[in-house]
Amino acid sequence: MSRISETIASKQAQGKKVLIPYIVAGDPGLELTVPLMHALVANGADIIELGMPFSDPSSDGPVIQLGAERALRAGTTLKHIFAMVREFRQQDKDTPILLMGYLNPIETMGYEAFASEVSAAGADGLLIVDLPTAECEEFYAAAHAKGLDTVFLVAPTTNEARLDSIFKHTSGYLYYVSLKGVTGAVISDKGEIRAKIDHLRTLTELPIIVGFGIKDAESARNMAAISDGVIVGSAIVDKIGHLQADMSYSSAQLVATVGVIGEIRSAIDAL
Amino acid sequence: MSELNRVNELGSREAEQPNDQFSGPDKQGHFGRYGGVFVGETLIAAVEELDQVYTRMAEDPKFWAEFDHDLKHYVGRPSPLYFAERLTKHYGGAKIMLKREDLNHTGAHKINNTIGQALLAKFMGKPRIIAETGAGQHGVASATIAARLGLQCDVYMGAEDIQRQSANVFRMKLLGANVISVESGSRTLKDALNEALRDWATNVDNTYYIIGTVAGPSPYPRMVRDFQSVIGREARAQSLEQLGRLPDALVACVGGGSNAIGLFHPFLRDSDVAMYGVEAGGDGVETGRHAAPLSAGRPGVLHGNRTYLMSDDAGQILETHSVSAGLDYPGVGPEHSWLKDIGRVHYVDATDTEALTAFRDCTRMEGIIPALESSHAIAYAGKLAATMSPEQIIIVNLSGRGDKDIHTVAEIDGIKI
Repeated sequence: MSRISETIASKQAQGKKVLIPYIVAGDPGLELTVPLMHALVANGADIIELGMPFSDPSSDGPVIQLGAERALRAGTTLKHIFAMVREFRQQDKDTPILLMGYLNPIETMGYEAFASEVSAAGADGLLIVDLPTAECEEFYAAAHAKGLDTVFLVAPTTNEARLDSIFKHTSGYLYYVSLKGVTGAVISDKGEIRAKIDHLRTLTELPIIVGFGIKDAESARNMAAISDGVIVGSAIVDKIGHLQADMSYSSAQLVATVGVIGEIRSAIDAL
Repeated sequence: MSELNRVNELGSREAEQPNDQFSGPDKQGHFGRYGGVFVGETLIAAVEELDQVYTRMAEDPKFWAEFDHDLKHYVGRPSPLYFAERLTKHYGGAKIMLKREDLNHTGAHKINNTIGQALLAKFMGKPRIIAETGAGQHGVASATIAARLGLQCDVYMGAEDIQRQSANVFRMKLLGANVISVESGSRTLKDALNEALRDWATNVDNTYYIIGTVAGPSPYPRMVRDFQSVIGREARAQSLEQLGRLPDALVACVGGGSNAIGLFHPFLRDSDVAMYGVEAGGDGVETGRHAAPLSAGRPGVLHGNRTYLMSDDAGQILETHSVSAGLDYPGVGPEHSWLKDIGRVHYVDATDTEALTAFRDCTRMEGIIPALESSHAIAYAGKLAATMSPEQIIIVNLSGRGDKDIHTVAEIDGIKI
């Protein structure tokens, strides 16, 4: 069982929901990412989604776009991200890390070289936003050869006919997109999401984690109540955007910066 | 019946030789290793629906009859194939024929595509269209067709392009479109495309996205090519009718590549016809300040398809540089990438300076002000013509008129207008 699956299974065994924060690697500076990752864990993160910044993040809303721009301005490359994961692993052997990004930087490096580096650094899984399953075979083979989980998304618009291929290629968890739109938008119809997730439950055993549009304790509680957990991105990236790239912060300051994760942890643990 | 009328009425499109190597793409939208569908999950259903609708419509003669009717009565097609006698003398060599897409309604080839896609939007019952634009020609063509059909229209345009194409911005507003300034990234065409994709993902239920070029996820590259192929079908028939034979070479500028593929595609099987796609060389390809992914880029994935891109060693998309906003794009349509790899089309470049010289040559010698984009094609055709004999023929796609560019040229000349 992968580190991601073990973590989720153990939460489920305790009757708890999974909390997955997303931050952009290298935002706003290369030195801040590892301390921020530890701060997320201190606030109760179960798994960390670490964004690999791309110049043209066409599935992301304005908050994460700005995070990617800050990270690229700081010079972040995949090589830096592997180094961050390696450094994080020196202190934290348990918290799974999922790298999330767009395809072009990965293709430029080459799928096999990328998967080897990811695995050697100690990350656990991959989610490529603009790689649908129909185009993923080569990538999928490279990732699984290195024991990495591959997470795919299901959107409110996803046709029934596509689900089989998505389930077949997904391991770790299924990422359910709560809304039509980009990251950071506002969830409008809770009832519809519940119906979709209930339906997905009849088709797959995969844990279902909800993301896009979860920004505070209340929206997290609503979504966690109908799923296995929540992913929180824009709400944290927005806070991180207020940090200065060239300043150093105490770990207490960083824990406070991503404090919304602690609030969400308490809210979903109370379910 | 003349050959020209025959091709227009029969709509003798691509399907006639289905096993031919040029009948691509495959069902998943691949041209060789290029093309495909690379978008976020939210958009997959919309792209699949569009593919199904277009595949069905493309087999319906009534759809093409309506398309041809609009092209004739609204756009003013066929556009002339014109012998540029003084340019020919000036360059000294092959006969230069200009395919006059500048004479289309709205002043460029872009309208051919928007007519076709707006028919689809209407058929699909979408009340709102969105578009991205660089030079503003596709935005104007989209706003025009939206006005005609009574559709709501939002056009995404990079903040930098809004500055340098203010006349077209005003035209779009006059036509009732809402022009949305894109401030993210490099604030040019690629960022406008990102923003349009985000809008589409958000408003997928009521919105049709009219992509302006032969890029994007499948079916756009195939569909836009089919709509623009009217250029090459006419040019081929006109060449036979007016000159008694096919041309020796075709030359067209390539940004995303829709006017080029439109001219080239109906000639792909004519193996004696050489083809040249002219990219924007900017300050010179060797300087790195250009927009020539086929000449100096590498394959990658952007905006829904795999194609040649301008990206750095880390896979980040590079900013491009060209005097012409319409060519200022780091990618190119996937069919061009494939045609490059198989060697059917030669991809070359013309610099800003060469394009500006050609702009002035064409204006002063032919009384035709060409778009700066098209001026790149004229510039290369001039060089090519000089290496050929007077019996030979080059068809240059004069893809748009240059009225929109007079402010840019005046500024370069230090003139305030």
